[in-house]
Amino acid sequence: MASPAPQHHHHKRPDERTHQAEADRLIAPGHDFGTVTDTISKIVLQRQTPKGWWLGFAFGFCLLQLMLYAIGNLLFVGIGTWGVTIPVGWGFDIINFVWWIGIGHAGTLISAILLLLRQEWRTSINRFAEAMTLFAVACAGFYPIFHTGRPWIAFYWLLPYPNTMGLWPNFRSPLIWDVFAVTTYATVSALFWFVGLIPDLATLRDRAKSKPWKIVYGMAALGWRGSARHWHNYETAYLLLAGLATPLVVSVHTVVSFDFATGIVPGWHATIFPPYFVAGAIYAGFAMVLTLSIPLRKFYGLEDFITMKHLENMAKVMMATGLIVGYGYMMEAFFAWYSSNTYEEFMIKNRMFGPYALSYWALILCNVVAPNLLWIKNLRTNVTVLFLMSFVVSVGMWLERFVIIVTSLSRDYLPSSWGLYAGTHVDWAAFIGTIGLFITLLFLFVRFLPAISIFEMRTLVPAAEMPEEEEK
Amino acid sequence: MSQIFHHSTNTLSRFSIFGGAFLAAGGLWLMLEITRSPYVTNAGVAKEQPVPFSHAHHVADVGIDCRYCHTSVEKSATAGIPPTRTCMNCHTQIWAQSPMLEPVRESLRTDKSIEWVKVNDLPDFVYFNHSAHVNKGVGCTTCHGRVDKMPLMWQEKSLQMEWCLDCHRAPEKYVRPKGEVFNVAWEAPKNQLEEGRKLVKEYKIRTRTSCSTCHR
Repeated sequence: MASPAPQHHHHKRPDERTHQAEADRLIAPGHDFGTVTDTISKIVLQRQTPKGWWLGFAFGFCLLQLMLYAIGNLLFVGIGTWGVTIPVGWGFDIINFVWWIGIGHAGTLISAILLLLRQEWRTSINRFAEAMTLFAVACAGFYPIFHTGRPWIAFYWLLPYPNTMGLWPNFRSPLIWDVFAVTTYATVSALFWFVGLIPDLATLRDRAKSKPWKIVYGMAALGWRGSARHWHNYETAYLLLAGLATPLVVSVHTVVSFDFATGIVPGWHATIFPPYFVAGAIYAGFAMVLTLSIPLRKFYGLEDFITMKHLENMAKVMMATGLIVGYGYMMEAFFAWYSSNTYEEFMIKNRMFGPYALSYWALILCNVVAPNLLWIKNLRTNVTVLFLMSFVVSVGMWLERFVIIVTSLSRDYLPSSWGLYAGTHVDWAAFIGTIGLFITLLFLFVRFLPAISIFEMRTLVPAAEMPEEEEK
Repeated sequence: MSQIFHHSTNTLSRFSIFGGAFLAAGGLWLMLEITRSPYVTNAGVAKEQPVPFSHAHHVADVGIDCRYCHTSVEKSATAGIPPTRTCMNCHTQIWAQSPMLEPVRESLRTDKSIEWVKVNDLPDFVYFNHSAHVNKGVGCTTCHGRVDKMPLMWQEKSLQMEWCLDCHRAPEKYVRPKGEVFNVAWEAPKNQLEEGRKLVKEYKIRTRTSCSTCHR
């Protein structure tokens, strides 16, 4: 049978719990250890794959073919097939890289920081948020690797190793810091995700009907038996990994912002960039978690576990980070004026009223104006509104990176070298292709792994409360 | 419930984790070795030529100076491949009927150059100047090896960038007195670094490691 749940950490006095309003609960009443395990594991263990799954997977897989086209086109034709050229040498590749990396941050925040802060509401959303992080990092990684045009000979400036040229990458460049930040992030996220999965993989191993699946889940479970020693080691490892992942929530996007902030391009060279980028990352990430959790709970009937309380909390985090991002935009305009620097002044005027003014105002509408609707409780507890809002924020955050990168590069110091930029059809194919990769991986994840942490959910049922802990 | 795995799989799984780490490290080491091996660099591989010209014979046995054939080495970027007439200075008199030398005689008759196979072939994106090196005390053998011991010519060094930089970063390791540049038998003294430093100063050699020194 399933392994027993760890019974420390999550303790709340019963009187507190009974006073919780209905809208506040993190798990619907009437659940016990067995029903939690059954509900979540049957999504994976059911023999018949639902038709809806096939539809969604096919959709993602079709979009993924666009990525194949984009890569093929790039490798056979060359980098000129993209829209980037002088003066705009950074285009869709870095816009999409920053967009995807940012999305991943919510997963790490939910799994690491909220764990250390003992926020119980992370429990039902952390597993798929971490999966989202991993897949978003995979999508992000595509751009820096393939923007080199010939990635198989590009390793020498991506990674420091004793190459035949006797050269090391330029350690003073934030681009190499980026390589370290992102590879560390990917490694820690993958480890954290996998370690968190081990007890659930053991549950799947024990419950799987067919021998091959028993073997597959059994190998992945690394011999987990749920002994007290196992749980002790597990808890230690998980907390250590959470501690390692916590600084990454802040550091990765800080380093990404250095890619810009260390440059002397007007509109990039600002000290506010690191916090402003990190807030934007969490903002976009929570929007994506909402985009994913709303259909997931609906189609798999998981409303008992991903409750309105979860959605509302995520909406609150989203709005709060959205306001920080709005403050960032305000400060950009303020700095431009306060600096009395002609180029900075021109930059902000050009953003607001230049050739890309439409993108700028669309970004303000999506990122600054729209999220304020969430002040109203009726709206932030409305699933349809949240689902639409999550898309609005995702679009807004994409536009933000577009505006920062393209407006600054297209018109910098030398008016004789100004030029406009637009992505080509290959750029769009690559972007939509990575969305396809993301969707495909998510559907595979939901089919083969428990999308909600079974053993952590078991700690939330009333029977898991430990009476002796109250007396302390 | 019956066990899925036999007890021995515990050992197997531990072994595979550590084995995986060793395999990854070994694979990396192998890759670094292969990129520096003659399979990639061609170093040490003697090339077939239209005429089996032996540097060993002409330099060691006969004692011809490098510049007798490679006339432009002190004045220009390329050392120069001798015209057929240079061969014929001697070979109208000795070995004049040798069948081995028929391609040389044919070249003279038809006025068409012998198509030698290039042995030391730098990539086209590298600028290299023989005269700059030869006039600053870099000997022929430092790069080309002991040509007086090569029956057929081969490329002695890897010609990889780390090899160029080895000297460009610390020329005192290889530089020799100007008078010894064409001496194929010259050997570095025991106190090469000390002597080298003196020569670097005397010849005003600068450690040129800027990208555009070679990639112009």
